[in-house]
Amino acid sequence: MSASSAFNDEKGGSSSVGEPEYGHDPASGGIFSSDYKRHDDLKEMLDSNKDALKLEAMKRIVAMIARGKNASDLFPAVVKNVACKNIEDPNQLIRASALRVLSSIRVTIIVPIMMLAIKEAASDMSPYVRKTAAHAIPKLYSLDPEQKDQLIEVIEKLLADKTTLVAGSVVMAFEEVCPERIDLIHKNYRKLCNLLIDVEEWGQVVIINMLTRYARTQFLNPNINESLLEEGGGGDKTFYCSDEDEDEDEEKEKQAEVSALAKRKPYVMDPDHRLLLRNTKPLLQSRNAAVVMAVAQLYFHLAPKAEVGVIAKALVRLLRSHSEVQFVVLQNVATMTIKRRGMFEPYLKSFYIRSTDPTQIKILKLEVLTNLANETNISTILREFQTYIKSMDKDFVAATIQAIGRCATNIGEVRDTCLNGLVQLLSNRDELVVAESVVVIKKLLQMQPEKHSDIIKHMAKLTDNIQVPMARASILWLIGEYCEHVPKIAPDVLRKMAKSFTNEEDIVKLQIINLAAKLYLTNSKQTKLLTQYVLNLAKYDQNYDIRDRARFIRQLIVPTEKSGALSKYAKKLFLALKPAPVLESPFKDRDHFQLGSLSHLLNAKAGGYQELPDWPESAPDPSVRNVEVPEWTKCSSREKRKEKKVEKPFYSDSEGESGPTESADSEPDTGSGSESVSVSVESGSPSDSEESEESSESDEDEEEEEKEKKKKKKEIKQMQASERLVSRSKPDVSFQTIAPSSALKNYELLHRITGEGLSVEYCFSRQAFSPDANMVAVQMHFTNNATSDTKNLHIEDVKLQSGMRVKEFAEIELLPAGEATTAVMGVDFCDSTQAANFQLCTHTRKFFVSIQPPVGELMRPVFLTENEFKKEQSQLMGMNEISENLTLDAKCRNEHAIVQRVTTAANLSRVPCGSDKECRFAGKTVTSGSLVLATVATKDEGAAQLTVNCEKMVIGTMLVKDLLLALTQ
Amino acid sequence: MIHSLFLVNASGDIFLEKHWKSVVSRSVCDYFFEAQERATEPENVPPVISTPHHYLISVLRHRIYFVAVIQSEVPPLFVIEFLHRVVDTFQDYFGVCTEAAIKDNVVVVYELLEEMLDNGFPLATESNILKELIKPPTILRTMVNTITGSTNVGEQLPTGQLSVVPWRRTGVKYTNNEAYFDVVEEIDAIIDKSGSTITAEIQGVIDACVKLTGMPDLTLSFMNPRLLDDVSFHPCVRFKRWEAERILSFIPPDGNFRLLSYHVSSQNLVAIPVYVKHNITFREGSSQGRFDLTLGPKQTMGKAVEAVLVSSQLPRGVLNANLNPSQGTYTFDPVTKLLTWDVGKINPQKLPSLKGTMSLQAGASKPDENPTINIQLKIQQMAISGLKVNRLDMYGEKYKPFKGIKYMTKAGKFQVRT
Repeated sequence: MSASSAFNDEKGGSSSVGEPEYGHDPASGGIFSSDYKRHDDLKEMLDSNKDALKLEAMKRIVAMIARGKNASDLFPAVVKNVACKNIEDPNQLIRASALRVLSSIRVTIIVPIMMLAIKEAASDMSPYVRKTAAHAIPKLYSLDPEQKDQLIEVIEKLLADKTTLVAGSVVMAFEEVCPERIDLIHKNYRKLCNLLIDVEEWGQVVIINMLTRYARTQFLNPNINESLLEEGGGGDKTFYCSDEDEDEDEEKEKQAEVSALAKRKPYVMDPDHRLLLRNTKPLLQSRNAAVVMAVAQLYFHLAPKAEVGVIAKALVRLLRSHSEVQFVVLQNVATMTIKRRGMFEPYLKSFYIRSTDPTQIKILKLEVLTNLANETNISTILREFQTYIKSMDKDFVAATIQAIGRCATNIGEVRDTCLNGLVQLLSNRDELVVAESVVVIKKLLQMQPEKHSDIIKHMAKLTDNIQVPMARASILWLIGEYCEHVPKIAPDVLRKMAKSFTNEEDIVKLQIINLAAKLYLTNSKQTKLLTQYVLNLAKYDQNYDIRDRARFIRQLIVPTEKSGALSKYAKKLFLALKPAPVLESPFKDRDHFQLGSLSHLLNAKAGGYQELPDWPESAPDPSVRNVEVPEWTKCSSREKRKEKKVEKPFYSDSEGESGPTESADSEPDTGSGSESVSVSVESGSPSDSEESEESSESDEDEEEEEKEKKKKKKEIKQMQASERLVSRSKPDVSFQTIAPSSALKNYELLHRITGEGLSVEYCFSRQAFSPDANMVAVQMHFTNNATSDTKNLHIEDVKLQSGMRVKEFAEIELLPAGEATTAVMGVDFCDSTQAANFQLCTHTRKFFVSIQPPVGELMRPVFLTENEFKKEQSQLMGMNEISENLTLDAKCRNEHAIVQRVTTAANLSRVPCGSDKECRFAGKTVTSGSLVLATVATKDEGAAQLTVNCEKMVIGTMLVKDLLLALTQ
Repeated sequence: MIHSLFLVNASGDIFLEKHWKSVVSRSVCDYFFEAQERATEPENVPPVISTPHHYLISVLRHRIYFVAVIQSEVPPLFVIEFLHRVVDTFQDYFGVCTEAAIKDNVVVVYELLEEMLDNGFPLATESNILKELIKPPTILRTMVNTITGSTNVGEQLPTGQLSVVPWRRTGVKYTNNEAYFDVVEEIDAIIDKSGSTITAEIQGVIDACVKLTGMPDLTLSFMNPRLLDDVSFHPCVRFKRWEAERILSFIPPDGNFRLLSYHVSSQNLVAIPVYVKHNITFREGSSQGRFDLTLGPKQTMGKAVEAVLVSSQLPRGVLNANLNPSQGTYTFDPVTKLLTWDVGKINPQKLPSLKGTMSLQAGASKPDENPTINIQLKIQQMAISGLKVNRLDMYGEKYKPFKGIKYMTKAGKFQVRT
């Protein structure tokens, strides 16, 4: 086929030369290339009475269309032949092919014909034709979404099909057209579970993913009891030793509650839930990685904790596969190891890294190893890491250093070992390695302030030996930052540095100046002369950056009669509390995406992604899945039927049978029935009948009890949720929660019923509103649930109390049906909780709405030091101080919880504080800038005192009320 | 699901494109090329790339990137697995899967792709079904087609798609009925500096070539099935039977296929067939390094170790290597710094060694890194785990087939750290 390469070039653009399908010999394509001739040829073939010729012609047309070529002139010929004749052909393969051709024609006028053909094919005798009908559904849907309702009817019908051939294709159509119609699955659930093992591989993946979602809406969380226990201890490792005692207490409480719950009503798994788990398990042995992954994610999301372990072995097996498969599997394993570390621990060595692995695989394996590290295996892992440090792949070495840093933060026992190891790396020749180690050491030191001095002393000694400028600079920064912890050594380091100043690199020089400035501010007695000496040297440095810096710093720290207002704030500028960096796995919390999905891999919602729902608090009625047993099947009792299903073998345990059978058919009596029989079964059994034997199974008392239990569970769940929030945010971070926390409360502005499909929610984003600093930023979230587009969304007729102002958001010109968008508006509430009333207008309607701020949103955080706080507080006594005694909520007795609750209730920032019995917060009102100070002093047994100091007494009183509520509930 | 497919060669040219829905412009591949430029090695291109309107999922096989264009949520492994299946099919049809082979058979390639996906959803991926639909090209058929103007599209209707054993085509006839099974085991190991094993495991596969008339039903049993810790099967294997009796019972596809892959339980000690004595050193201040490597057989159960190939990535600072092999040949690529030594067979009486010096960049300090040594080898007539097939029986057909079983052990990812 010598001409084929020439052909290939033409494929890209020109269509003037013949397609290979037309001329049988590609080389002759040019000769017979006239359109007329071509189509004649195909038409003739379609008209022929030979099956093979018809099939051939249609295949070519499909191929042509699939490549995006215009086949519209063939349209009448195809429709004439296909729609009218071939669709009634006695040969099922011809019928199927005809439908495939018809459904591939992307012309809207054909929609009604296509619809008819699909409907007809959906009740065809041949399962193969029905499969083709299922395939045609998404095609028609993408051509004309208006047909959705009719197509859903067809899907419903095909879902009831009992052959394996159809199952995969129809579920695929279901997922594309109407994934939200979970109710269509009820009646077919058990059948799908039972057919699953015999469905072709690709269909298995689709069905398993869909059933995972289904199960999440219909069954109860099998780990409801365990997950309560897990949260307190193992799951989330907190970095702070101080919490551990409290955690234990909490755990005990929880345990008590749980056991109380368990006594009342133990969790019993729905038999249908069990059926799904049991029938998917053998598929972990599939050769198809996608199937294995689908089962693995199903187990991860649905199985009781004790059973999830089975997937580990299968996933580890996939690591032997192609590197792309490894890549995806490792991503998912990384997410799983955060929640369920124990599961992969036995396979630790399977994640060891080989020098031949591609870098992206190496880094993922490293992630998994880090997640798996615990007290018992850390020494093995660190030994392994040591060899990685010597790798030639420098990106990988850098990642290893970060991994060591994370191990050190998570496992207290090895912190010193890791630090020592990292310090040694500072003398590595590779700049990247040094830089990375320094960064990690810095992070580690910032995280545990109480242990600073030892390590900083050690680092100080290293300045004599380490020559890499980057490392020297970092060490100097550390000494300066924590100079109060090493009061004797710091001045001495400065002395040495002053001596060598002229020989240092520029970045080191800058840090020497920084160190000098910080020391001057804290210990001017000892370092005044040294600082002046350093500044003088810097003044005449060759580098202008250094000269500038020296000049700038001198102005700031050395008070002269001319020095400006800034020098007052010198200490605040230099010694501000810097946030400790967070060393967290990038895979934390990724499991809110369904595992194995594209969205999970990208950690962003991909188009068409179906959210994995949360477990329901109480199980919906299980009887919806009951299917009436057709009379002609002799087994009437459900038990018997089920038994048979359970034993239903993999395709061919029906040993005696010969020839092609519909073995997958779940109806036991169908045996080797011919297709026509199975069709008649379908039409004969009204599968959507509601009658069932066991709908009355559960008596009412039990139901009541169950409800109560569910309620309790819900409460616990909520508590857990808040707990989780607390343990996630480190206090050091929340100090400067100027950025909004993720837990912003949403308020409803317009309900979708009143809004006729338009729903609006708003929250106080706590971000500075840039057009006007005196305004509170209100972030509005518009969702158009209606079927028509909404246009010209804007604000009108603003009614405000005097002094209040509103900055409207820019008009939203178009909000298409089903879409959502956000906009930000600014409101100056004048430090009052008066509502801002206005009309929200669309192109057709106006809605009266109002925004009323909680008092906590009328302020913004300010940064104060402990001393300043005390000073300001002393000026706001008497009338301006309001104190209340309270008993803290049982879940809110540690520092984290208090900080979390206060900062959630009010937009305040935390003020550092020496005593661990007190939490202090500071803020300013948005409009007038009056200080708002809050103090929570804890006493024994949950007693506490809340003090708020504020010039504006109204604000103060209201804030006290809100905070009391937040802390006691 | 899968919208389009682009085939990109090593030099970054798109040499084939196929669209299952509407046409997606080639320019979407620019995002892929960008990622390709960013990656230092070809295998470091991320398999999943997100672009403003599409997602690109790619696999790299035989130095060809198969780039699938996706528009909405689909499990990435689904696409990756499918793409690998496409490559396997091409390989099955054309013997090799190279750019040249694809270009030579462009018509068959399009026909195959058309049958494998319908509207982006996999339709027929079983090799047996495909071969019924589209005949693999042979020299004779190509000639006949050229002269008579017919195509490779099968004349008969593809009845296999309707069967419950979709992996087996119907009406198979052979004059010589034969069934061959290859038990191939690979040792994955990491050996540390001092020669002790850090991790070692055995992964095995049983590949079959079955050419039997009619609908044979085979059972294969092992002497020691408990060795198999984790298995994955071709869909033809009856899972229940394996669970209950540890017997492989199946109606085989026609032709070549992988019956089973397995993992040998890690409780069993893995025999390491070779040892390596190495001394690779760089001295501070000297522009020379020593390289000294000796191989020897360890636990081989008396079988010869053959086809030994040693490769090692030397540090970047190494300019050249001047070595002396006691047997075989070695090459050193000064650009990639890859040292390979084709040893051949290990003679236990006279152990192969490779000794000499490496020259380093003058003035450069001694490299921090230690190279790792990768070893490939083969041992015939032995499965290192000790797995043995007990018997193979055929039911359902009357004739007596010819049966053969072959064992082999290979090194998989076998690394020695220095």
